[in-house]
Amino acid sequence: MKKTKILAATIFTAIIGLITIAADHIDAPAARGTSADITDFYAFQGEDTNNLVFVANVQGLLSPTATATASFDENVMVEFNIDTNNDKVEDLVIQAIPKDGKMYFFGPFAPSLTGLNSTVNEMATKNEVAISAYGSSATIANSNGMKFFAGPRDDPFFMDFAQYGAIIGGTASGFNNPGADTFAGTNVLSIVVEVPKSLIGGSGTINTWVESKVKQ
Amino acid sequence: MKIYKIKYLAIAFLSLIVVSCNNNDDDGMTEITSDFSGTFVQKDQMGRPAVNTVFVSSASKDAFNTTIPSEQGALFQSMFQTNLMGLSPAFANADDKNALGLDAATFTGLLATDVLNVSLDGKTTFYDGTNVLTGRALADDVITVELLLIFGGEDFTENAAFSDDHVDANDKVFLTSFPYLATAW
Repeated sequence: MKKTKILAATIFTAIIGLITIAADHIDAPAARGTSADITDFYAFQGEDTNNLVFVANVQGLLSPTATATASFDENVMVEFNIDTNNDKVEDLVIQAIPKDGKMYFFGPFAPSLTGLNSTVNEMATKNEVAISAYGSSATIANSNGMKFFAGPRDDPFFMDFAQYGAIIGGTASGFNNPGADTFAGTNVLSIVVEVPKSLIGGSGTINTWVESKVKQ
Repeated sequence: MKIYKIKYLAIAFLSLIVVSCNNNDDDGMTEITSDFSGTFVQKDQMGRPAVNTVFVSSASKDAFNTTIPSEQGALFQSMFQTNLMGLSPAFANADDKNALGLDAATFTGLLATDVLNVSLDGKTTFYDGTNVLTGRALADDVITVELLLIFGGEDFTENAAFSDDHVDANDKVFLTSFPYLATAW
């Protein structure tokens, strides 16, 4: 009996921790529900194994109806950070910023200043891609050895979040098998960049993270 | 009459040009030289999935998002460890470890610096049974991996009801080619 109680309390705490949701969707008060809310970040080897792919998703939990009118915020820069010498400080960044229906990309370049504040480096390698409209096929830019995409996609994240809710509510004592993907049928706004590994360190292990930065 | 009209038109045009030049001057150099001027200040950040949501206490979530990774470990590791040990019976005892052989201090030391480690030399996966933290692919079942590492104990067998959400794949099939993510619903 006691053991059950302790377990239940533990799970409750666990769920409270997790309920703020998932990968990074609505993870913190200041970012939650804004155009700067990062939902997810991926980095993986491309179809061409000489390349690495970065994916940043923002504005999660979009219904199909909401997706049709969703748009990137021109005041929000998404910055991919790459640390090549394991000091947890970015050595290279790729900046993505939307303007007039296009997503502009700068980099990868070594930023003159690291940390919380950024300016766009227009001297860096500049690329652009038209932001794909909801319902139309993906517009892909292929330039400077890199590939670029920006627009709505299916949220690639999957998790039985509803069951967490049930556990919190005290109506369930564990996960179902099979579970149900709470993120099924929802979309995000995605930014996808594929870059040659030679431009981001070449070999070995890098540390990488994504940031959203709002124009002041 | 006609000549007057032409004169007035000419004057009107000239004044338009003069006015618009003035307007441009008023807008300042930054408008002319840069479409992307200004300073952008950090709002959100993310390395590994679910780290902020699971391990950072409510009051610190915004602070975590605006702490640079090189400072996160010193500022947040102990909070992570406290929350992990409070969270999971699999870390209740001092000598408890997870299936990676990491005790609470080591595991949270790894997690508190919220960067994604990515190999440039081979398979990129969050965890596939062989490769550990060499990237994050779209199809990786990261939540189950994290639940297992938090609740599963030394051999992934503890707290079975909570160590797998049994959602193992996305609701749409990913593409093999760029942009890899599936079309929107």
